Amino acid sequence: MSALQRYIKSFLLWELVMGLKLTGRYLFARKITVQYPDEKTPLSPRFRGLHALRRYPNGEERCIACKRCEAVCPALAITIEAEPREDGSRRTTRYDIDLFKCIFCGFCEESCPVDSIVETRIFEYHFEKRGEQIMTKDKLLAIGDRFEAQIAADRAADAPYR
Amino acid sequence: MFDWFMNPEGPMVLVVILIKIIALVMPLMLGVAYLTFAERKVIAYLHVRVGPNRVGPRGWLQPIADALKLVMKELLVPSAANRYLFMLGPVMAIAPALTAWAVVPVGEGMVIADINAGLLFLLAMTSMGVYGIIVAGWASNSKYAFLSAMRAGAQMISYEIAMGFALVGVLMAAGSLNLSQIVMAQQGSILHWFWLPLLPLFLVYFISGVAETNRSPFDVAEGESEIVAGFHVEYSGMAFAVFFLAEYANMILIATLTALLFAGGWLSPFQGIPVLEGLFAWVPGTIWLLLKVCVFLFCFLWFRATFPRYRYDQIMRLGWKVFIPVTIVWIFVEGAAVLAGLGPWFD
Repeated sequence: MSALQRYIKSFLLWELVMGLKLTGRYLFARKITVQYPDEKTPLSPRFRGLHALRRYPNGEERCIACKRCEAVCPALAITIEAEPREDGSRRTTRYDIDLFKCIFCGFCEESCPVDSIVETRIFEYHFEKRGEQIMTKDKLLAIGDRFEAQIAADRAADAPYR
Repeated sequence: MFDWFMNPEGPMVLVVILIKIIALVMPLMLGVAYLTFAERKVIAYLHVRVGPNRVGPRGWLQPIADALKLVMKELLVPSAANRYLFMLGPVMAIAPALTAWAVVPVGEGMVIADINAGLLFLLAMTSMGVYGIIVAGWASNSKYAFLSAMRAGAQMISYEIAMGFALVGVLMAAGSLNLSQIVMAQQGSILHWFWLPLLPLFLVYFISGVAETNRSPFDVAEGESEIVAGFHVEYSGMAFAVFFLAEYANMILIATLTALLFAGGWLSPFQGIPVLEGLFAWVPGTIWLLLKVCVFLFCFLWFRATFPRYRYDQIMRLGWKVFIPVTIVWIFVEGAAVLAGLGPWFD
């Protein structure tokens, strides 16, 4: 491009007008904002939110205290203590997940041989007191009981791909 | 000295002036409040977002909420700051921004002070704004504030010159320094407005105006990424709000002046067009002025959403080595055109 052409272009503010044209087009574009509390984005069945411990349909808890989740957890967020129950089966006496440590990688879920520990679609929760971030076994089982239908549906939906 | 006050009509005059001031400043402040809202909305739309829409219907009460918040906030004065100058800074910033409005006609004959040296007064007042910024930056006793004050000072003084030359072009074309007469000199049609014969000066004036108000892309004085927020880092609450008001009042002022000097002020854009002129004859001039001001203000916001910030030496280069030569050359061209009586503008 000759120097003259360049001068003419810069004095006509050509590049600036082109830039304004580009942004001006977006003024009328459809807005992509999701107005969160009113609108929500769809969630995948693989969504990794708050944890839950599941039970078998007969009410027996699935967890067999194999401690694979504890071993695989990269953030060391899981603490498990186990003892034999009265009937001789091995069960956890303590199953804590520290949500401040948890990075929601889903490895615990992957490593579980009995599909006991799972991550649900729940992502809207908060803590009001110190210590509330420790998800105890009772809390995890309660979440599992409450959302079992959703959890089971999500596992079923994802089953063909694994 | 106080003869006019002893005169029975004296106090009446004072009351009338006061009412005029309130009639001008109140809409101006409201305009500033809603300009901040418009800025957030327009920039959001250009970013493909929706912007504030939670406070009041569609977000329309957002500026009120913002103002309330700022009023409630504590006024902090840094212990190392010069208290007196620190408090004087915002006042010195907003006073000229409001004073300049005294000579700005908002419609035919609707002006507080119809003085003959209006343009000169405006130039003087807009130059005064830089003192507020320098005083604020110096009194804060903070290196970021000080750096920003230096940048803003140098930048505003540099662009003042190009702006002044652009105004010289306008006064040559209009043959008057009185703003009302400048507008009346543009009568005829949209092609009689000064934007056409003074196109380079119009562009130089508007871009200098953007630089003068320290708006993006010339906002190195704010430079979030380098010097935090500029000369008002140390300010909080109402003192910060006053700087904010001054900046936006200056923006509205520049937009209004551009409309008055180059875009026919309160004249209808349909003047001289057979059918449309009659059709829109009922629209008062103030509405036309308001519309033109809105267009220019939109450009301010559009620029902010489009252009990246200039480097400081580029700003100086543009001001001194491009704008000043361009204006001088065009003043010569215009002088020749005036001598030749080139119609329809200079006859």
